[in-house]
Amino acid sequence: MNKNLLSSSTIFTLVFALLTYSVSSYAQSPQEKGLEIAKERKLRDQGWGDSTGNMSMILRNAQGDEVERKMRLKSLELVDDGDKGMTIFDQPLDVKGTVFLNFTHASEPDDQWMYLPKLSKVKRIRSRNKSGPFMGSEFAFEDMSSFEIEKYEFKYLRDETYEGQASFVLEQVPTDKNSGYSKQIVWVDKEHYRALKIEFYDRKGSLLKELVNLDFALYLDKYWRPMRVEMFNEQNGKSTELITHELNFDTGLTDNDFNKGTLKNVR
Amino acid sequence: MKRLLPVIALLPTCVFADIEYTGNAAVEQRYFFQDALYSQHERANLSVYFAPQAYTSFNDGNDSIVFKGFYRVDQQDEERTHGDIREFKWTHSGDEWEVQAGIGKVFWGQAESLHLVDIINQTDAIEAIDGEDKLGQPMATFSLFKDWGNTTVFVLPYFRERTFSGEDGRFRAALPVDTDNPIFESPDEEKNLDWALRWQHTLGDWEVGLSYFDGTSREPDFVLNNETSEPSLRPFYPQLQQAGIDVLALLGDWIVKFEGIQRKVLDQDYTAFVGGFEYSFIGLFDSVYDINWLMEYQYDGREDITNVISQNDLMLGTRLVFNDIDGTQILAGVVQDLDYSNVRSGFIEASSRINDHWKWRVDAWMFSSDEPAEPSFMLRRDDYVQLSLEYYF
Repeated sequence: MNKNLLSSSTIFTLVFALLTYSVSSYAQSPQEKGLEIAKERKLRDQGWGDSTGNMSMILRNAQGDEVERKMRLKSLELVDDGDKGMTIFDQPLDVKGTVFLNFTHASEPDDQWMYLPKLSKVKRIRSRNKSGPFMGSEFAFEDMSSFEIEKYEFKYLRDETYEGQASFVLEQVPTDKNSGYSKQIVWVDKEHYRALKIEFYDRKGSLLKELVNLDFALYLDKYWRPMRVEMFNEQNGKSTELITHELNFDTGLTDNDFNKGTLKNVR
Repeated sequence: MKRLLPVIALLPTCVFADIEYTGNAAVEQRYFFQDALYSQHERANLSVYFAPQAYTSFNDGNDSIVFKGFYRVDQQDEERTHGDIREFKWTHSGDEWEVQAGIGKVFWGQAESLHLVDIINQTDAIEAIDGEDKLGQPMATFSLFKDWGNTTVFVLPYFRERTFSGEDGRFRAALPVDTDNPIFESPDEEKNLDWALRWQHTLGDWEVGLSYFDGTSREPDFVLNNETSEPSLRPFYPQLQQAGIDVLALLGDWIVKFEGIQRKVLDQDYTAFVGGFEYSFIGLFDSVYDINWLMEYQYDGREDITNVISQNDLMLGTRLVFNDIDGTQILAGVVQDLDYSNVRSGFIEASSRINDHWKWRVDAWMFSSDEPAEPSFMLRRDDYVQLSLEYYF
């Protein structure tokens, strides 16, 4: 008898669950739709493997004075964890040879090291300092790390045409309390699921920065990369432009190339 | 001729295309606040150095050669006018291993105020009072990079003697150090074959290192030589065995650092350690400035502490990072001796970029010591400020 009762209640739960599931998928909540779009964005960018790049960062102040930074990037995609990245600084010359090593993690803080050639020292650094500026630029350390679903809570806001491209507008709220942002508003194009524009709001909720991805190029017939990224700080009038001069895929990088023990050999 | 020109223009690029030349040079002006203990010493001192670097790689980047030279010219101290090959080594990288041979520079450890476990390279002590400058060390190494950590075996076939100020230089003892006549415990003298082993690993938020060294002590004792008309101190380099541990842990806004060594030298066994923390305020007062507070305690268990500055001392420091385009930073600190309340030293280091090639730096040290039993007593009149202008290419 007990057994019967159990089975009938199980059936009831199952039916109820099925019902609610079909109802919710019919009238998808903004959170669900937002997550779905973000997952599609992540999915479309999967499988790129590894890449090396050559970049300049142009730092401009409100008066229009500018300074150029030069760096090279090595990136490795990991399937079951966030990506591994290495930034080698070439300019300014006093930090030439400095290497920044970053292991992105989806739900816990990234692991980061800095190689300081003057002391031949590999220094572990605190990635909780994610809201701090990257190389004196308008990019924060967290802006340089890879896009992972677990880092945000998503919400679909509306459809909008941005620069002639039909787009979804999403809100993403960082799950990490050490983030410098209260929320980000992202314009994702409906055709390729590329982030076209991102607005960053500070902890007090006011607009802090605006990022625009420009000059998209297609790699391996599948992966879109912006050759020019502009970050404007709306509060202090400064801006930073990130220009990709060269980008290569299938370069043969492996896990071994991202070892803190060999940072001293990196050029 | 018209055809020849492009060939000539290409020639240098063909030959030198793979060698990258970089480096830096600087002009340093020191000013001492007090007249020296020894009458021949001046209050001002000008010094320049040149540090070129060359790098080349071949065999698809699996082999590389790096050269780092150094030469300084000093206005007053002829001992400080010196050159060194900081690095000149060949590296061969395998899949999860690496071999290096030549003259190298290695850093071990995590603490800021004192580098206890770091023993491979000799200190180029004449360069600066902080002991951060090192002499190139001849070595052959084999490293393994595995999931369980990075392990390196070092074979060190030749010993480098520590540099000391000459008679005309500041920062010296009452008697000059006779660097031409060192004494070694090892019958092989500077050719004693030293060796070392190091393992280092990341365990989540922890960085852990273990090391072992067996060979000639980098830190000399001194033997009084009064057989000649002018008495001097002869450096004595005993043999030692040292086991070391260094740890760094990221604990929220705190970074905890620790280094400890156990040494066996001559007939003595002793322990020394340095440990403390760094606490960071990120984005001070809603600005982009970061401020870090550092506190480290230094302990040395040696019975005879005449040569030991850090036997029971506390360092308090702060590092202000402006996060600006010029990379401006200020580091300031005080080291207080806990055995003698009247013995302390203080330092300030500030630097910033002027443009892509030029950078300024200010270093200042103050020594307060009226305790003859402390080695810092000999520095009591050597407070100074140094302004450097550095050029990078």
